[in-house]
Amino acid sequence: MSTPTPVIESAKPDKTGAMREFVTIYIADQIFGIPVSDIHEVFHPQAITSVPLAPPEIRGVLNLRGRIVTAIEVRNKLNLPPLENDGTNLMAIGVEIEDEAYGLIIDRVGDVLQLPEEECEAIPINMDPVWQKVSSGIYRLEKQLLIILDIKKLLGVQPKEELAA
Amino acid sequence: MDDLLSDFLSETLESLEVVDAELVKFEQQPDDDETLNNIFRLVHTIKGTCGFLGLPRLEALAHAGETLLGKYRDKDLVATPDTVSLILDSIDQIKSILGHLAETQSEPEGTDEEIIAQLVAASEGQVEAVAKPEEKAPEPQIEAEPEPEPESDPVTSCKTDTDQTEQGTSNYDEDLDRELRPGEVSLADLEAAFLAAEGPDLDKLAAEAEEAKQAEKKKKAAEAATKAATDPIKMVQTVRVNVESLEDLMTMVSELVLTRNQLLQTVRETASEDIKIPLQRLSSVTAELQEGVMKTRMQPIGNAWKKLPRIVRDSAKAVNKKVQLNMSGETTELDRQVLELIGDPLTHMVRNSCDHGIEPGDIRLAAGKPETGQINLSAYHEGGHIVIEIADDGAGLPTSKIRNKAIKNGTISQAEADSMTDNQIHRLIFAAGLSTAASVTSISGRGVGMDVVRSNIEQIGGTIDLKSEDGKGTTFKIKIPLTLAIVSALIVETSSGKFAIPQLAVVELVRTSENGEHRLETVSNTRVLRLRDTLLPIIDLSQITGGPMEDPERTTGFVVVMTVGDQRFGVQVDSVFDTEEIVVKPLSNRLKEIEIFSGNTILGDGSVIMILDPNGIARRVGASQEIEQNVAQTTEKQTKDCTKTAMLLFFAGDREPKAVPLNLVTRLEEIDSEKIEVSNGRHLVQYRDTLMPLVHASGVPSFNEESAQPVLVFTENGRSVGLAVDEIVDIVEEELLIEMSDGSLGTIGSAIIKGQATEILDVGHFLTLGFDDWFDRAVDEQAGDSTAKKKVLLVDDNAFFRNMVKPLLNAAGYEVTAIESTSEAWELNDAGADFDVIVSDIEMPDDNGVNFAHRLAEDLRWSGVPRLALSALGQHDLEKIGATTAFTDVVRKSDRESLISTINYVLQSQGEAA
Repeated sequence: MSTPTPVIESAKPDKTGAMREFVTIYIADQIFGIPVSDIHEVFHPQAITSVPLAPPEIRGVLNLRGRIVTAIEVRNKLNLPPLENDGTNLMAIGVEIEDEAYGLIIDRVGDVLQLPEEECEAIPINMDPVWQKVSSGIYRLEKQLLIILDIKKLLGVQPKEELAA
Repeated sequence: MDDLLSDFLSETLESLEVVDAELVKFEQQPDDDETLNNIFRLVHTIKGTCGFLGLPRLEALAHAGETLLGKYRDKDLVATPDTVSLILDSIDQIKSILGHLAETQSEPEGTDEEIIAQLVAASEGQVEAVAKPEEKAPEPQIEAEPEPEPESDPVTSCKTDTDQTEQGTSNYDEDLDRELRPGEVSLADLEAAFLAAEGPDLDKLAAEAEEAKQAEKKKKAAEAATKAATDPIKMVQTVRVNVESLEDLMTMVSELVLTRNQLLQTVRETASEDIKIPLQRLSSVTAELQEGVMKTRMQPIGNAWKKLPRIVRDSAKAVNKKVQLNMSGETTELDRQVLELIGDPLTHMVRNSCDHGIEPGDIRLAAGKPETGQINLSAYHEGGHIVIEIADDGAGLPTSKIRNKAIKNGTISQAEADSMTDNQIHRLIFAAGLSTAASVTSISGRGVGMDVVRSNIEQIGGTIDLKSEDGKGTTFKIKIPLTLAIVSALIVETSSGKFAIPQLAVVELVRTSENGEHRLETVSNTRVLRLRDTLLPIIDLSQITGGPMEDPERTTGFVVVMTVGDQRFGVQVDSVFDTEEIVVKPLSNRLKEIEIFSGNTILGDGSVIMILDPNGIARRVGASQEIEQNVAQTTEKQTKDCTKTAMLLFFAGDREPKAVPLNLVTRLEEIDSEKIEVSNGRHLVQYRDTLMPLVHASGVPSFNEESAQPVLVFTENGRSVGLAVDEIVDIVEEELLIEMSDGSLGTIGSAIIKGQATEILDVGHFLTLGFDDWFDRAVDEQAGDSTAKKKVLLVDDNAFFRNMVKPLLNAAGYEVTAIESTSEAWELNDAGADFDVIVSDIEMPDDNGVNFAHRLAEDLRWSGVPRLALSALGQHDLEKIGATTAFTDVVRKSDRESLISTINYVLQSQGEAA
């Protein structure tokens, strides 16, 4: 993919700060970045067992190589309409929080970006409060903005409550 | 951490647990030398090791304790509860220092001078006090005599000891253990060791020719004692293994089991012979491996009980009672994970028994029981579970207290309380915030407890139930799975997917069909299954799992009959697959909130399946179908709330039987359907020269066209109403447990009559349908006699009776206040209520009707109010209990005519007298 190159170029050469690696994901045409270290794997979730009475953002549970993984609809978490998909070709990223495995269902996966740490900026305060809650920073890429998702916050956040607050 | 130190810590903690228990035993039996010796040995070992490891603080503490124990052993001193407490305190102190040691690997700052001083004072101060009389009085000398006696013996026994040691070192432990049992044998040795620990000089002084041998042996003896204490039965070679490694092993085996299941499933489909044979081997090896690994996790339940004697002792002491704890089945093994989780609930319950269950000594004596209360703790295997019973011989649960508290708390409503059996009331103690302890003690009574106990037990897939008998005691029965890791489950399917139900809770599987033996029926919008004379509430799995509700007309399918505690219910499912050994995996934190699931697992086909939590479902049943739940329990023989009542059974509208109490019906008639006339939208019939309104019991005026119309005639004050039915079925006299309905129009509730769910109709409702002014007219008549409606207070604990009599009296023109207990009557009295007549039941659970009447007679305001007794007893019996003097008059319960006429009569004579 061509995106990384311009970004690295855009990094100011005089600053030799630490670089961070992000996996980019797309949700409803918006590009997000998740620190590579947070992501265990990317997989196609299959045979999801839905869990009755579970909160709406939980799509269900599935077996990922002998481990039970809870599938979370990231769109729901971000107050976005659900992706129209018959469930046959889903994409998810596997993360682990507090020893529990989660599969975050996303639209699609992009690439891996290396970005300098100091270029990360604070989230504009006028952004959707839910988005503010779940992100830890923002990068100005050449063509678009890359919102860095904080997985822990994302899983901890309750979309409805946050809106009310 | 230093290996030596960590070994010391774990061994010492184990020893201390034993010391705790032994001390309690010793306190009860101060002359039990064996116990004392055991304690002495353990403390001595601790002291010795502390010295070796350079832990001066612990050593000093242990030494002081040992000195005091030595005095007991030498009979210089007699143990008292106070001094035993002191030793226990020092043990606690040692424990806390050990705790610090485990964290920081060094002894904490500070000294234990205070407690050491106390220990020294206890041993020295009292030594003198005891020693002096010892010299004068001959008695203590006699006491001391057993000492020298064995000391002369040891010469021989010692030889055998050494002989045996020479014979074979491999089993010298056992031999020594046997040798130690007489106790006195090793006393001298231990004394020598005791002295030796204080200084080498003393050791030398003590080391006489034969004692030198013994001193050598003593080290072995002390070692053996520690080991023997941890494993008193048999010495087997053991290795200490990190619990984590065992857990990891278990996880791996679980995975292996899953993979095997998956393989088996695949092979079953493809059926290739080449693979089948090795796979079978793999399968059986896996099963063995699973069993083996499970065994490593098994521990005797006695481990969790070790601290209980101490707790019982301390609790009993705190509340000044005498309590003895008896334990049986300590060797029953269960998974250590379960063991850990069960420890706290057990402790709490034993404490409870001690604090609430067992009465104070004087009360026990007064009740004709021995002063010392007994708590029996037992464990045994039953099926794939372990059952733990905690029984006390105390006062039993205070039923009325619990009931009142629960009503006050809003846990249950008055109406619910009326219909609950004693056992159901007792189970309310598992509800949150319900403590009936009159006062909060340091131990319990704060109302958090049994609910936590229950939830802890349910968390590990267990159930808890209790039985309490007034004055005889309470027994708690806990049933828990042997292991949490692998359970057998039934796989079922409904419209919302597949689910696993743990076999633990499943009693049987019933196939239902329209015309088969078992049929699903619907009573007031809830489903029930008639199963061998019981009515089982049915919960639709599809519905509670958020799927669409089953077609209520649907009668075919499967019902999984489950029991949880004393609750029995059926879960309706579409289909049932087979049973599978499943590896329970805990739910994700985000799903833990859902109470109907207890976990999830991976099936042989690789799919994930949710495991239903029987307790969670039971609560659902409890919430939505309380009515049926109660009805379902009619099979249990109950004396309370059961009245033998003649009921008239009939069909109306549909084929579900309905009933009315026979004594309300004046006549049964068959009326020529042609004679039924319609006037002003009402159905009327000429009957005995008047026009009698006809109401159909189904609520819809669908009268028989061709044949004669069966009608139940109700007559009151010369006016009649006919209740038309489709078919009169039978008259039965049965003991009924009537469950009140939610107040739907025209029905009082439902009951099982002749094994069938039957609706009990509210006659009053139909009477008003016949005559809008049915009740008003009666009022008018009354108004003629007096200016206001006469007020009747009806006290009866039986809700069915209240509901039956109240409309009758209303119809007769009285204003009726119906209450369930005499305490409510007094509340009304306090509130300043006035009544013209008080009608009271004689047998009530919380108060005796006769007492009530006597109190009424003494009451300032109500003494002049006529008192009528309602009784199922005959006049003769009433005279026996002196009821006739306390009451103005007595009416038999079943005789409604005379009830009204008696009330009329009493009021009239009252009026004349006034």
